[in-house]
Amino acid sequence: MTATPAPVPASGHLPPQAGEGKAGEVAIRARGLTKRFGSVVAVDNVDLNVERAQVYGFLGPNGSGKSTTIRMLCGLLLPSAGDIEVLGYRIPEQAELLKRRIGYMTQKFSLYDDLTVYENLDFVAAVHEFDRARARKRIDELLDRYWLGDMRKRLAATLSGGQKQRLALAAAVLHAPDLLLLDEPTSAVDPQSRREFWDSLFDLVDGGTTILVSTHYMDEAERCHRLAILDHGRLVADGSPQELMDQLPGMALLVECANARKAQVALNGLPGVIAMAQIGAHLRVLTEGGDARANVAKKLQESGIEARVEKTSPNLEDVFVAATRRPDRDTATKEART
Amino acid sequence: MNLRRLLSIVVKELRQLRRDRLTFAMIVGIPTMQLLLFGYAINLDIRNLDAAVLDQAQTAHSREVIAALGETHVMNFKYRLSVPQQLDDLLRAGKISAGLVIPPDFERRLIVQDRVPMQIVVDGSDQVTQQAARQLAALPLVGVLNPGGSQNPNQTAGNVEIVNFYNPERLAPVNTVPGLIGVILTMTMVLFTAMAIVRERERGNLEFLIATPVSPGELTIGKVLPFVGIGLIQTTVVLLLGTLIFHVPIRGTLLDVYTSALVFIIASLSLGVFISTLAQTQFQSMQLAFFTFLPQILLSGFMFPYAGMPVPAQWLAEIFPMTHFVRLIRGIMLRGSGLADLWPELAALGVFTVVVLTIAVARTRKRLD
Repeated sequence: MTATPAPVPASGHLPPQAGEGKAGEVAIRARGLTKRFGSVVAVDNVDLNVERAQVYGFLGPNGSGKSTTIRMLCGLLLPSAGDIEVLGYRIPEQAELLKRRIGYMTQKFSLYDDLTVYENLDFVAAVHEFDRARARKRIDELLDRYWLGDMRKRLAATLSGGQKQRLALAAAVLHAPDLLLLDEPTSAVDPQSRREFWDSLFDLVDGGTTILVSTHYMDEAERCHRLAILDHGRLVADGSPQELMDQLPGMALLVECANARKAQVALNGLPGVIAMAQIGAHLRVLTEGGDARANVAKKLQESGIEARVEKTSPNLEDVFVAATRRPDRDTATKEART
Repeated sequence: MNLRRLLSIVVKELRQLRRDRLTFAMIVGIPTMQLLLFGYAINLDIRNLDAAVLDQAQTAHSREVIAALGETHVMNFKYRLSVPQQLDDLLRAGKISAGLVIPPDFERRLIVQDRVPMQIVVDGSDQVTQQAARQLAALPLVGVLNPGGSQNPNQTAGNVEIVNFYNPERLAPVNTVPGLIGVILTMTMVLFTAMAIVRERERGNLEFLIATPVSPGELTIGKVLPFVGIGLIQTTVVLLLGTLIFHVPIRGTLLDVYTSALVFIIASLSLGVFISTLAQTQFQSMQLAFFTFLPQILLSGFMFPYAGMPVPAQWLAEIFPMTHFVRLIRGIMLRGSGLADLWPELAALGVFTVVVLTIAVARTRKRLD
């Protein structure tokens, strides 16, 4: 209901060495992507389509399969089933060729704590076969761009969360990759740094880079060009944030009353109510739509609560809650999609 | 294999090593400490065993025997006893390891020769002491014991002279130091490599690295190369201290010494790389490394003679690189042998390296699962 099938181009075959990075072309295509760890299905039959020069977001709770999917896409994990094509390379077969053209930023800081900022970048440059002169020039450029100029001789271990993250981003984009995969890059960073970080991401997109980023922050998800919501390894929604929100017409209600807490208790368990959240003095109610608004008003009246029930525009959190709410619903959604 | 990339990994390792003060200190500290400790402490040649003497005869002969045994310095007669009970007490209390008992009828026994004239009581709980006492019993005291000059056929065994060929002064360090190079290299090389590689995985660096064009071969060789240098430095430290402090001879050529050390270092590093493919954490790799140390040190011939081991243990010992290195280094340093004489040992190290490294490489994948 909330999920829409990803628009699959009928004949979107990419030449193996395509690399111009034009918007509209497909950077990542995955079909039936599945990963099983023993009896646990971490990623379950996921189809993905990521266009070039976009920020594509993975939104999902912890353990929803975001990291596993990203790792499979860059060839770090072997999929149990499914086909992957990234930048025109078949993965995992051509993963080594792909690795020259992607940047990968891990959830946990994965550079060397006991090397300085400059030494870390110098090492990454050498790994990408930069000669000394070119490496120096590029590193200076990156230190400048990511405000790390004063930190060049500092050990990475002594950097703040935001500085570490900028260093990790500098390392990931050092070789100017066509595709950047970011696994929860802002999980250890303050809001100010997060905003700056996202500005840097859009700079990169302007330069033609495709970015796949996983997050569990709604505000970050809202900034993506396109968004996939993962839940228990399944893709439960896919579209631009606006599209996804538009798919919940009249489903979000705002209840204004004297005691929002009381109203929440009264509405608890009412058929048609998916979720409730108190926002200040108001109560935000996500419903299944239809005549839910009338039902809610009636129920409140019966409970002796004087309230005004208004329709409100759905936000991304509503989308997320509606998409990830119940396993049986998800299955139904899934079946509807395939 | 990209040379620039390989070099950058070596440089990175050295930079990290320079900041890792503890490891850095261990590189020189371990060989120095072990050499001094083992050089002075490991002395399988028993001297100055605390002993007591119970002379119930009190004759000129008995005193002569006691003096003769005392001169060997194997036993240090700390106690002179008068009743057998005292001997039991001292032994049980661990105050002495051996006791010499001369019975009241010592003179009669010497003349009639119907019974053994005297007894050495030994603390059997210590194998090494037992051995020493046995040696002592075999000492040629014929002149003392046979005042009449008549030769007792039962005592011929006591006349066997033990000739110590390569270590005439019976100085333990001469035997210990060459083997000690093997012990030190085994400990540091296997442990450092295994831990260095696993550390990368444990700290999450590997996840970043495997998403880059670095190949597992480059990564492994780049990480291991600095340790080859470190191993050679350690060898030099032990050789220098060994010759300066303990006057251990190097009778073969220095080139042969370093060639065998290098081959042994590479074999040990391979073992370390192999361990790193099994372990998930640094702690596991440390445990696994220690698991390989003990049999290597005990069975290699460094501690106990190879010839005295049961055959299955000998087969096992043949697998260990250290067994071959101990033979190589003792041959070169003490007997003055050349690699031409000892090539089978060198070949065995080569085979070990190739086999272990092949398994390790086959187990290394550039993936997380």
